[in-house]
Amino acid sequence: MITHPTAAELLDAVEAFTPGAAARDAFLARVAENARAIVEREREQGPTAEAAAVQRLTALLGHGGDFEALNAELCEKLALGDLTLSTPGLLDHLRNTAIAQVLIDQPNYSGLTAFAKEV
Amino acid sequence: MGIEAALAALNLGPITALERLSGGASKETWSFRAGDRPLILRRSPGPTVDGVPLPTEAALLQAAGKAGVPVPEVVHVCAPAEGLGEAFVMARVEGETLGRRIVRDDAFANVRTSLAARCGEAMARIHGISIEGLPPLDTTNAAAVLTRYEALYRKTGARRPILEAAFPWLRNRAPALPRPVLVHGDFRNGNLIVHPDTGLAAVLDWELAHLGDPAEDLGWICVNSWRFGGDQPVGGFGAYEDLLAAYADAGGGPVTLDALLYWQAVGSLKWAVMCLMIYGVYASGIDATVERAAIGRRTSEAELDLVALMEARV
Repeated sequence: MITHPTAAELLDAVEAFTPGAAARDAFLARVAENARAIVEREREQGPTAEAAAVQRLTALLGHGGDFEALNAELCEKLALGDLTLSTPGLLDHLRNTAIAQVLIDQPNYSGLTAFAKEV
Repeated sequence: MGIEAALAALNLGPITALERLSGGASKETWSFRAGDRPLILRRSPGPTVDGVPLPTEAALLQAAGKAGVPVPEVVHVCAPAEGLGEAFVMARVEGETLGRRIVRDDAFANVRTSLAARCGEAMARIHGISIEGLPPLDTTNAAAVLTRYEALYRKTGARRPILEAAFPWLRNRAPALPRPVLVHGDFRNGNLIVHPDTGLAAVLDWELAHLGDPAEDLGWICVNSWRFGGDQPVGGFGAYEDLLAAYADAGGGPVTLDALLYWQAVGSLKWAVMCLMIYGVYASGIDATVERAAIGRRTSEAELDLVALMEARV
């Protein structure tokens, strides 16, 4: 599940916003519209992205589980140094995780198109 | 005493068009005219919470101006008895600060081609300022920055494997700091004033200035999040080579592209943690605006940039 913020929190924030006439409200209205689009993309792409992540994590950690548990275990092992960027499959998982997340959060991000050519 | 009255008492001329520009929690920026002179007031009603105190900021602007860095001229540093708190008045410099316009608008096409070089020169001059005569500043190296941001990340409670991988990867590559220099600390597109005819007109926002690694400034301006959709690495408008060559020509010490890219990665990591923290302010209920909630979803852009930088160098 995507957190920081979750889709539910994003929608709460959108609903709590009632636009007035000030210039800042025009800006916030665009932010709210953008947040709605994120939630919509997450509804469409989130389940597939999470299933793919669970598959990669299962291979990487050697056992199955739900996404939250596997992701937490990966984070712990990275913090402890039990897994590093040299671990086969790790960088592949991180790359795919980042791409899937940006496709939901910000599909027009310049870094996404530059990803292949810059490195 | 109100701000207008306090300004009038400074004898700069008749005060008109006083207007609050931005509201940080602890620092305010006001624009006004004294006679026909456009000026800016920076003030901190209470003690400075984030960044260097305003008198230090004024001293840094003066030192940078003397060293040939384009900065607003400091017109007056306020004494406590003048009733404005910690405060100073500086010239208002004409030009554009919005990063997106600087990267895209036709009006800036002519000056854009040499803008990375002008930034390299300005950085070399900042880093060449003698640190002996400066007010007290913190000294930080890469290891200290990573320790600080890892602690901030842990406090958010987030579980982000890309950040977990990046902390030890960057820590293992942290460069030593043989000779700390004056580092601007927030030298990026968005904190520059660019004039369509004369190019780089001023370097603003000195509140994160510290003593540290010169490559920190060179890397920060290249972080993808400050490119405003531009396809060039330096602020969206210039090439690495132009920045580095102008930096060396203007007397900057040796900085390799590798050292720059290391600090660019540190910069993306810092931005990722900042996005999580801004979301945290939303989640805590302190400031529950949609803007703060949505910025949490910019963490992933910094993560993508980090993966690209790490992948090229594993």
